[in-house]
Amino acid sequence: MELYATELMGARTYDSQGNYVGRVREFFIEPAEAPNRVSHFLLSRGRYQPLVAKHNQVASVSAGKIELNVGERALELYQPNESLLAVQKDLLDQQIIDTRGRKVVRVNDLDLAEQRSNGNVELRVTQADVGVPGALRRLLQGVVPPKVVRKLQIGLPQSSIRWEFVNLIEADPLRRVKLRITHEKLEDLHPADLAEIMEELSATERQGIIASLDEETAAAVLAELDARLTTQIVEDLDPEKAADILEEMAPDAAADLLGDLSKETSEELLDEMPGQEAEEVRELLEFDPATAGGMMNTELVFVSEASTRDEVIEWLRNQDQNFDQLDTIVLLDSKAQYCGAVPVARLLLAAPQERLGELKMEPLLSLPPDARDNEVFELFDKYNLRTVTVVDKENRPIGAISVDDVVSHLLE
Amino acid sequence: MWNRENIVEQWAAWGGRLDRVRLATRPLRRRVALFFAIVGPGLIVSNVDNDAGGIYTYAQSGAQFGNTVLWSLIPMTIALYVSLEMCSRLGAYTGKGLSDLIREEFGFRVTFFLMAAVLLVNLGNVMAEFTGVFWATDVFGISKYVSVPLSAVLVWVLVVHGSAKWVERIFLTICLVYFSYVVSAVLAKPDWLIALLHLLPPHLVRYVPTIRPFVQVPPFNADYAVILAGLVGTTIAPWQHFYLQAAVVEKRVGPRQYSHTRNDVLVGSISCMVIVFFIIVCTAATLHVNGIHFVDNAGTAALALKPLAGRWASGLFAIGLLNASIFAASILPLSTSYVICEALGFESGIDHKFKDAKIFYSLYTALIILGAGLVLLLGQYAKAILLWSQVLNGFLLPVVLIFLLILVNRQDLMGKKVNSKGFNWVAWISTVAMIVLTAVVVYSSLREMHQ
Repeated sequence: MELYATELMGARTYDSQGNYVGRVREFFIEPAEAPNRVSHFLLSRGRYQPLVAKHNQVASVSAGKIELNVGERALELYQPNESLLAVQKDLLDQQIIDTRGRKVVRVNDLDLAEQRSNGNVELRVTQADVGVPGALRRLLQGVVPPKVVRKLQIGLPQSSIRWEFVNLIEADPLRRVKLRITHEKLEDLHPADLAEIMEELSATERQGIIASLDEETAAAVLAELDARLTTQIVEDLDPEKAADILEEMAPDAAADLLGDLSKETSEELLDEMPGQEAEEVRELLEFDPATAGGMMNTELVFVSEASTRDEVIEWLRNQDQNFDQLDTIVLLDSKAQYCGAVPVARLLLAAPQERLGELKMEPLLSLPPDARDNEVFELFDKYNLRTVTVVDKENRPIGAISVDDVVSHLLE
Repeated sequence: MWNRENIVEQWAAWGGRLDRVRLATRPLRRRVALFFAIVGPGLIVSNVDNDAGGIYTYAQSGAQFGNTVLWSLIPMTIALYVSLEMCSRLGAYTGKGLSDLIREEFGFRVTFFLMAAVLLVNLGNVMAEFTGVFWATDVFGISKYVSVPLSAVLVWVLVVHGSAKWVERIFLTICLVYFSYVVSAVLAKPDWLIALLHLLPPHLVRYVPTIRPFVQVPPFNADYAVILAGLVGTTIAPWQHFYLQAAVVEKRVGPRQYSHTRNDVLVGSISCMVIVFFIIVCTAATLHVNGIHFVDNAGTAALALKPLAGRWASGLFAIGLLNASIFAASILPLSTSYVICEALGFESGIDHKFKDAKIFYSLYTALIILGAGLVLLLGQYAKAILLWSQVLNGFLLPVVLIFLLILVNRQDLMGKKVNSKGFNWVAWISTVAMIVLTAVVVYSSLREMHQ
């Protein structure tokens, strides 16, 4: 039998002798015990102090009526408890994250399922209703009898989220721990989706989520958010945590972010970061953002032009790095100077013993770090590039600009 | 060899060194852009406020009662600033829109009925805007059956396919036409001292013997109350509060950037009232003194610009009115459907495709079609539409203000930034004043119907 939270709010409650006890004003889930079981009912009795009925004290439940399996005397007085999730206060009308639909939605109603277990009835939350039927029930709740409402809602377009895909949003970190809210499900989302979700939330909620994500995910999300939001988030974070997140970011993204912060904040964060990473970011910060140096990232793969395809593949395989974004390999000659670039596709198709020097792209293209952004765009456009290497005065590679750097620069 | 660490090692091995190519700090450009982005919503909100209904109400009040309505401007400026400031503070500190907060704190049913009222009242406002279009184009002899549908289509296309930022800028620039009222008021040579004197409450000032002979005391009757309610209704409109708070949230104004926004709201409120002052003085000096007490169409209203523009007066007035009307007509339906969809949990925003945000687009389109259509059908009641849309605003405003006051005083939402005592006093007094004015208007209109 299916019930709705709205049908239970205001339900008249009777004890085992059939005496009227009170009306349900609120009910709770205790996530520490069971993530979806309705654990407590708050029964209001007018001018008397409200009572609480526990889940094992309920004998039967139907729309607008609850029967208990104990007498009124067995019920405890209500005490506010932070580790209980209140349906009316914390869930209805509040925003939640639909981790499967990857968006932020507002809860209209909850779908509950009845489950019988040795002599009592337990209610489990199955779905959060975010659609029109839930809205209709909220509108007519307590005014029109549930039976009529159920008839009215037939045929309306449904929209519900299964409870296991619901991620609650709670800004207070202590309450979050008490309610067992984790953001593991969010960490599985694509950073770009997660960033879009974050944009819909308020600043404190955003802060709460960022603070509880692992550093790697947090870094990926920050890289996707717009500049105004990232500066706000980083400024409000604990500097140590912020530095940990920055460390996980690609140096060019970290430099972009720090460049938007005030001088003091960015220095403070750089001091918190380990020397090596901080050094890289500091160097990137020196470049004007409207030049090749300001657009480039410092993560590039380079090998000797004399190495063979098999050697390179073997070497790549042994690196503990994420090469998802790798599309070009930079070649160095015996003087450690830049002498060409090989697209990964060519490497893939080459014979095992072919030397990389024979695979390189013609013509030989590179940019100095002080090249203006327009030059960069023109070069990409003219040669249909995916990546271009940035070299210093002595023709040594110091970074690479990839096409996504160009796109995000064009969109600014 | 993947990252910089190795490259540095390699170079060290090869005897190379890192050469810093160019030293340059990041330009200030972005920071300046941020500042401009934050200055704005307050100014826009108060400018859109001087829309068709507004201009009509100001002109009508100046024509009918001359300088005697001027005293209401100072309390109105304070009330406008206080209520808009509360909204922007609420937005900056909670990061949520007004309708979202009402939904979260007062539940679905309350929100539903409030949104229904917002829809109805704003439909009235949209109708007023299209009436403005009809009046303005009427001056040039264009039939309303051409101009109103055409502008409806223009508004729809502008918003759905245009760049909001540019549209906003163009309209704001044309808003400078309002300054023609300032010039015209100066050219009409009113007695400035007397006009300024009327900024003080005449009921009190007349007890000062030396000033007494110069002060006109406003009549105490229903017509005057209707005009006052209309004035308040048009300067402090409910939709402004929803729009401003949404804009503050949208622009990511946080506690840190809030002082900019507060200044913006202050400048907006004052500049809006300065314009109103000049419009009323101008119409009082041109229409009221010449015995024209009722503004029936754009032609009459344009007479006020005669001292400035001579025979071009009506053209100038029409352009200003047309701009104001189309500007408001493009913002109002959009912000209305946005607010309603946000509150009731439908997808909203023009960056969505039609099939993802059907209700949003349908509402938006329906508001424009209904607004324009009803104006075509009820063309002969244009004057009533203009005035009553403002009075309807007056009905809804106290309700919105009460919600706003409850929310902004909640410590769990605002922390230490809840209202100060003085602020609460001003806000509650304006709310009660609105309720009294509205009651008077209802009473007088009911009595009129009986007669």
